[in-house]
Amino acid sequence: MAVDKRMTIAEVVDEIRDGMTVGIGGWGSRRKPMALVRAIARARRRNLTLVTYGGPDVGLLVAEGCVERVVTGFVSLDSIPLEPHFRRARSAGTLLLTEYDEGMLYWGLLAAANRLPFLPIRAGLGSDVMRVNPDLRTVHSPYLDGTELVAMPAVNIDVSLVHLNRVDAGGNGRYLGPDPYFDDLFCLAAKRRFVSCERLLSTEELIGSGPPQTLLTNRSMVDGVVETPHGAHFTSCVPDYGRDEEFQREYATADWNTFRARYLDGDEDDYQKAVARWRGTMDDYQKAVAG
Amino acid sequence: MTRAETCVVACAEAWRGDGAVLAGTAGLIPQLGARLAQLTFAPELLVTDGEATLLRDGEVEGWLPYRAVFAMVAAGTRHVMMGASQLDRFGNQNISCVGPWERPTSQLLGVRGAPGNTINHTTSYWVPRHSPRVFVERVDMVSGIGHDRGAHEIRRVITNLAVLDFETPDRSMRLRSVHPGVTVGEVIAATGFALTIPDEVPPTREPSDEELKLIREHLDPHGLRET
Repeated sequence: MAVDKRMTIAEVVDEIRDGMTVGIGGWGSRRKPMALVRAIARARRRNLTLVTYGGPDVGLLVAEGCVERVVTGFVSLDSIPLEPHFRRARSAGTLLLTEYDEGMLYWGLLAAANRLPFLPIRAGLGSDVMRVNPDLRTVHSPYLDGTELVAMPAVNIDVSLVHLNRVDAGGNGRYLGPDPYFDDLFCLAAKRRFVSCERLLSTEELIGSGPPQTLLTNRSMVDGVVETPHGAHFTSCVPDYGRDEEFQREYATADWNTFRARYLDGDEDDYQKAVARWRGTMDDYQKAVAG
Repeated sequence: MTRAETCVVACAEAWRGDGAVLAGTAGLIPQLGARLAQLTFAPELLVTDGEATLLRDGEVEGWLPYRAVFAMVAAGTRHVMMGASQLDRFGNQNISCVGPWERPTSQLLGVRGAPGNTINHTTSYWVPRHSPRVFVERVDMVSGIGHDRGAHEIRRVITNLAVLDFETPDRSMRLRSVHPGVTVGEVIAATGFALTIPDEVPPTREPSDEELKLIREHLDPHGLRET
């Protein structure tokens, strides 16, 4: 009988303390653990360092003043190329940035996952990534070629948060969409690892829900499991649901204090209800427009 | 024949002769160009849906999640056509931010995969509005590296006015062709640094009847390229 790792959202947030380095899975505005992100924002954690392929996870936590530094290669909402809250904070000079090439970040997670101090990579050479990260060093191949490469340092993480489609109570987890992103590496690179999911299944049901190669996490990679239906909203969680483009637009354009009062002041349940109410209003509006 | 159709064909031409490499694209015109090339003179080209699926003429032919894209980047089996907020005469590109990096006047995307792309494999650029704001003496943040910083190959820059390349002794930017209806003077005026201008600048080649038919009836029947 496997250890039961089920937790509440509040219990996950209790594990995150001010100043920690938090890894967030997904990619841009795709399969982000948004229910957990919202809960961190509500709990008003401070001075976090986020490691992420950045999307609204970055924007939301930055807008709530939780973030000191972002370690990333980009921050984008995909269908809306530029993240407004991230942009605002960068221009205000209130946010520190460790800017890497996307492949460098992958390599840094891979190094951490393999307990290596660094991994060599070409990406970064010649670019201003070297200028804005003066601590980056290069290495030379010890073989006859002598090639100079970037020594991408391990990106070590205190707590990682990822969202998957199906998980069992022990932490075996499956993605059902087209891309695993780097969620397994975020778990392997972190000291503590929490997985939220659309549906919690028995191990037997989980195994029956897809082919074995889509089982991205095993029990050794996960410390806690939370069932959060619609927990990636408004990012995509294919095939359970696509991105909520209209709501993402609302997030990107609404006055922040209004958005917070409407969607973030309650708990996750209140958020989902508020989104449903907003959705109803939108549908009425569209029906009216359609005549 | 419209300007957008000329641009689609000019983008397609960038991949001519590449063989079985992955065509990465940012934006509709380069995407139409890659698909057109795959359907005509570059049948080996690999094209994705912009996410994790490889497509041949719109039909699924394979799987390519991000981690596999990074492997193709490192292996060099890719030719990407990126956008550029700024571009200089050696092909250094910026998509990260405008102004000082420490506190930008305008934060853009971040470097994304531009450093890794440009050092590992062939890169081209698509610039929908050719202007001195894009074509600058010096970019604010080198995201994609140019030929003076060790780029693998910056092959083409396709804009709404012209096609540019780097076929000069010092691999700096040269005017390769002007689109029908555009003068050399217009391109010079829209470029914030001195281009190499050949004595004879040919017009960008016009799409063939077959190419026009594919673009209009098959690839983009709703004419999104014109918007």
